[in-house]
Amino acid sequence: MQCPKCHAPMHTYNRNGVQIEQCAGCRGIFLDFGELEALTRLESQWVQQAPPPAPQAYPAAPAWGAPHHGHHGHHGHHGHHRGLGHMLFSS
Amino acid sequence: MSTPLAVRLAALAASSDPDGPPPTPPAPEPLTNHPEPLTNHPETPADRPHPPTDRPHPPAAHPQVLADRPDGTVVRSGRTVAKAHAPDADPHDLAARLRIAAHPLLHGILLPPLPLTAPDGFLVLTDEGRALSRWPYGTPVAPDDPAAAPWEDAARLLARLHAVDPRQLPGPVPPMRGPAKAAHALTRLRAAVDAGPKGAVPRPLRAAAAAVERAWYGLPPWARGEAPPPRAASLCHGDLHLGQLVRHPAADGRWLLIDVDDLGLGDGAWDLARPAAWFATGLLAPDIWTRFLTAYRAARGPALRPDGDPWPELEVPARALTVQTAALAVAKAVTGERALDEAATAVIDACARMASLPQQLAPGGPVVR
Repeated sequence: MQCPKCHAPMHTYNRNGVQIEQCAGCRGIFLDFGELEALTRLESQWVQQAPPPAPQAYPAAPAWGAPHHGHHGHHGHHGHHRGLGHMLFSS
Repeated sequence: MSTPLAVRLAALAASSDPDGPPPTPPAPEPLTNHPEPLTNHPETPADRPHPPTDRPHPPAAHPQVLADRPDGTVVRSGRTVAKAHAPDADPHDLAARLRIAAHPLLHGILLPPLPLTAPDGFLVLTDEGRALSRWPYGTPVAPDDPAAAPWEDAARLLARLHAVDPRQLPGPVPPMRGPAKAAHALTRLRAAVDAGPKGAVPRPLRAAAAAVERAWYGLPPWARGEAPPPRAASLCHGDLHLGQLVRHPAADGRWLLIDVDDLGLGDGAWDLARPAAWFATGLLAPDIWTRFLTAYRAARGPALRPDGDPWPELEVPARALTVQTAALAVAKAVTGERALDEAATAVIDACARMASLPQQLAPGGPVVR
């Protein structure tokens, strides 16, 4: 199958029992009939189990970003201490 | 840095006549070597305005090395600094970049160079072909408190830089060198690993180098400097970090961008992508990233959509800069026979996550129909 947007090949993945196609080029995702409903159903199950959300919105972050802990800035791993700051001053 | 180059830079920084050739000092003054690049040197009385005297510049200002790296050496004398650019810098492109920095359209955005050879000649070449330039001294960002750094000023300066119409600049405007620098970092990593200590690079460093390589090959060719970028209409700085901002006049003038060595046409998102990458890798607090991002959008910076998720534009350059940072950190650890520090580990871990993303989506790997 080819991506309708950029025409790169699309690969099939199985996520929680739902088949989804992802484009190798633009990373867009194609869902077959019923797959969106299946994902929505899974999401609502997860939301029911999940703890209440953090009071302050965390800015959008990429999938490869460091894991964060809802409340931010309190754990000392965000550059407030010595050892990390030098990276902010170099190429 | 070789001694002749140090003496030449000190003389250039101390020369007071911008219209004439730099004089050779009768005896070179001693150089004060400061290991911390451009960030942590004490202010001297020369920073402050001094009453007019018969002397063109204060005699007490000993030349001071502000930075000494393979890609550039900077020596300060009083209110002036002299820079030796990277040995492989293209003099024609560099001259074009210096003319842009001096252009009125960049007034209040980039620190302008001081004339050296003529009113519009900002570059001299040493006998060895090394390009030298001369600049007013500006006060750098204090190194110890990231939250107090001028994040909003940096964002507004970038928004203004990206909005400059390149067609009105003295051309041809060279390309922004961001992707080329990223590729150079990978070259440096490979050379360091190949020349590793007695051929035996420690296992954690080899694993780190492999993660960096995998993340690198997950990038599109343009981000690796192997193809033209899809968006290249903006004037970009090309190497933004906190060492690239100074207050001029020192010590309480307005903030300006410095270091035009990588300036040129490209995707403005590249300039925003280093703070984005710091945030993504946990090196920068989320609230500081939000301050920077919000200020860029408030100043109508053109590189990002005006609201909503900025990551569609930031994703590729932020990955490339994370890989670049990781490659340089691993190269330095290999060459210096050191362990990886916390910041290096954070960017290498991010490279490993980039490389594993498709597998994360499908635990069994892709199934091609």
